[in-house]
Amino acid sequence: MQKLVDIVAGVTNGSLKASAVVEEHLARIVARESEIHAFNLVTADQARNDAAKVDEDVKSGKKVGALAGVPIALKDNMCTRGVETTCSSKILQGWKPPYDATVVTKLRAAGAVIMGKTNLDEFAMGSSTENSAFGPTKNPHDVSRVPGGSSGGSAAAVSAGFAAASLGSDTGGSIRQPAALCGVVGVKPTYGVVSRYGLVAFASSLDQIGPFTSDVRDAATLLEVISGHDPMDSTSIPQAAPSLVSVLDHGVAGMRIGRVTDLPEGCEPDVLARLEAAFDALRSAGAIIVDIKLPSIQYCLTAYYLIAPAEASSNLARYDGVRYGNRVEAADLNAMYAATREAGFGEEVKRRIMLGTYALSAGYYDAYYGKALKVRRLISDDFAHAYEKTDVILTPTSPSVAFKFGSKTDNPLAMYLCDVFTIPTNLAGHPAMSVPFGTGANSMPVGVQVLATTLGEQAMFKVAAELERSL
Amino acid sequence: MSEVAALPNGWQLIVGLEVHVELATKTKMFSASANRFGDEPNTNIDPVTLGLPGALPVLNQHAIELAMRIGLALNCKVQPCTFHRKNYFYPDLPKAYQITQYDHPLNIDGHLMLPGEVRIGIERAHLEEDTGKSTHFGGSSGRIHGSDYSLIDFNRAGVPLVEIVSRPDIRTSEQARQYVGELRSILLAVGASDAKMEEGSMRCDVNVSVHKPGTPFGTRCEIKNVNSIRSVGRAIDYEARRQVDVIEGGGTIRQETRHWDDATGRTETLRTKEDADDYRYFLEPDLVPLVPDQSWIDAVRAALPVLPAARRKALAELCGVDKDGESAIVVVERGQDDYVAAVVAAGGDPRRAVVYVQQAFAEQGATPKVPAKDLAALTILERDAKVTSTQAKTLLTDLIEAGGGDVSAMATKRGFEALDTSAVEAMVDAAIAAEPGAWQKYCNGEEKALGALVGAVMKSSKGKADGKVITALLQAKRP
Repeated sequence: MQKLVDIVAGVTNGSLKASAVVEEHLARIVARESEIHAFNLVTADQARNDAAKVDEDVKSGKKVGALAGVPIALKDNMCTRGVETTCSSKILQGWKPPYDATVVTKLRAAGAVIMGKTNLDEFAMGSSTENSAFGPTKNPHDVSRVPGGSSGGSAAAVSAGFAAASLGSDTGGSIRQPAALCGVVGVKPTYGVVSRYGLVAFASSLDQIGPFTSDVRDAATLLEVISGHDPMDSTSIPQAAPSLVSVLDHGVAGMRIGRVTDLPEGCEPDVLARLEAAFDALRSAGAIIVDIKLPSIQYCLTAYYLIAPAEASSNLARYDGVRYGNRVEAADLNAMYAATREAGFGEEVKRRIMLGTYALSAGYYDAYYGKALKVRRLISDDFAHAYEKTDVILTPTSPSVAFKFGSKTDNPLAMYLCDVFTIPTNLAGHPAMSVPFGTGANSMPVGVQVLATTLGEQAMFKVAAELERSL
Repeated sequence: MSEVAALPNGWQLIVGLEVHVELATKTKMFSASANRFGDEPNTNIDPVTLGLPGALPVLNQHAIELAMRIGLALNCKVQPCTFHRKNYFYPDLPKAYQITQYDHPLNIDGHLMLPGEVRIGIERAHLEEDTGKSTHFGGSSGRIHGSDYSLIDFNRAGVPLVEIVSRPDIRTSEQARQYVGELRSILLAVGASDAKMEEGSMRCDVNVSVHKPGTPFGTRCEIKNVNSIRSVGRAIDYEARRQVDVIEGGGTIRQETRHWDDATGRTETLRTKEDADDYRYFLEPDLVPLVPDQSWIDAVRAALPVLPAARRKALAELCGVDKDGESAIVVVERGQDDYVAAVVAAGGDPRRAVVYVQQAFAEQGATPKVPAKDLAALTILERDAKVTSTQAKTLLTDLIEAGGGDVSAMATKRGFEALDTSAVEAMVDAAIAAEPGAWQKYCNGEEKALGALVGAVMKSSKGKADGKVITALLQAKRP
């Protein structure tokens, strides 16, 4: 399958037609989408029009953007003007935003061709896409297994060749975990590097948009395009995005790579074996492996499942049937609220709204939400100490390879444990990415996670590129 | 100070006020939509105003500046602050939470002075966003329950508000009215709000309790829907009596929110503490802390205009009137104190100048058309008894209609030639001779009889004689 950078090069120099690229990808969608269900909506007509426009620009000698002709899929929680945006929830089914998310505007300006909206766990709450109101996405490597989640559709779309790249959102691992399970690269940038304007909020202090691609260079290229300060997002970092592509060939000689000696238990041996192989590869390339401790990491999962639901309980309160989305009529206002939300939200979303409402309630705030905020500060302090001794940290992305459908749906806690290695980064606001690094049990892909400190994307990408080269 | 309906049996009233004011910004608190009253419903809206999925708030810098002006004018400390979400469901609250300030507001610990050197503490003045406006149709209560349908106008949603919370330092309904009036003058003076209670750009919630001095404050009730300064006084007087009656009747006051009905002049229960929402406040993750730097605060402070209290004091000293009196209050509120000063500077009589302006310049705005020197000339004509006070009033009307002019010429044109004292004295003597009965009564100490004598002189002088001069002559002639 074609790399993003090759498509851009070919389309820009005229040796490749954007229209042809789009048709190839649409053909793969026709062949396998009914089996995979990566998309909630394929915008084939618009994609063809956009590609034709790019070809027209190239032909007429106009300057084209950094993503000219690249077919890109968007997680269905990013607003697209006039195009249905559902968050895989019945409550938003049919809703067409009157505006584009900032990332969508940037993609369009760069000449990208948007292929459609990808499936997710409802409102990005889940680790398998089994919580989608429109049915799960299948893992292209083995359709009896989950693609991970919540951005499972975006990961599967790249893995299956339905798009050269895609965007997902990561609140507790929702880009990195499906990237690992589908064998693609997935990046969660530093909080504030990519604008959240137009990303339907799950947990605002944790959500961050990032790319899925089939290799590290493509990820760096796409991330450069979508990052940068946005005056429409007050939490956007007021500085230009760092250059990433330029550092990919720098190597890792002399870099310090952290190995967490008090990592939470429960990781499968096949995944741990690949992590060890990654350390070996980096050591061979001249990096120094440093042992570090993150004592508070054991509390992160609990803290996350108080903070994220608390914010979600507030963010999802607007789906009340009054102004947009679906409404269930009832005798009076409160009954209408209840009936609408009962019918519109799935079980996991309701569970988290209940959890979060409880955690913020008078008399419980200090014991739950307040304590969780303290853990958040503690893990940030732990990371700060660790990054005095190391440049990046390496951990598994997911404790296991992709699991079978239904194997965790009866036990929410087992599902929550999928994110045990990815959550600490979100709490700290740091960047992290998952890089495919061979296979584990049942020949399923394994991802290795590279973590860095705030705005440490350059170090992170250097190491990721080295891991990819070593394979 | 007039004490209205003092409470019986030694009960003491305790009042605190929460005043919401809409800021006079061009755009909304967190988006670029227009902040404009009276537009076609639902035209000043955007994804942020409607709380559409994915929309994010961005702070309006002008709103922060206006809020700082309010804080500084109220002697508050301006401090680094944060925003919280106040969560509750209501159809006109688009996000199902209001962005407001909670434990770290922008302005804290200020005060406002009332007549008689009464100091009312200001606990805080914080920024928040307004809700949309609901109108309920059908049903009898005008509320959502029992109505046939409701319409919402989101033009008001996201309009920047400052909530000014007083300490419970107010002890009479008269003080409460003065507080609202003074606050309104300050808001107008600093240009932070148009503060129109009738349009809802200034709204009062009143916290009322009663206690006996020396004992802890009683349980308070919050009164909503108080939409005029007059209603503030009426609602407090009613509520205080209600509370005293309940307590003296052996009952207890429940903490509750009550609704003021201006038509019936009563308050009634809106909701009790038990059914109050749990607002689940938490730090607004879509905004970062607001830390106004000292140079900004200093610049806002330096640009503040002279405040109404200082202007009334200056005017009172210039004109020899009471600084808390009607003329000082009215003239400063209209912004005409600079004009009065100009009249005085042009040689006008200070006291007459302020009274003329108070009485006749209500429609003139801060810069009356009549040149200061012309009004000054009129005050001198009257002071020097060249015209009577009645004639002066006529000339004042002429002057305003003409937008200025030579007052002496106007007096001549009207035939207002002042009579000299000897001519008036002759007329007085004639009147005494013509009205012997009245004169006798006056000499016997019946002051009411004076009127007939003065009237007779006025008639014979065809109104040209000055009433004060006539009275003085009659008094002098009384044995």
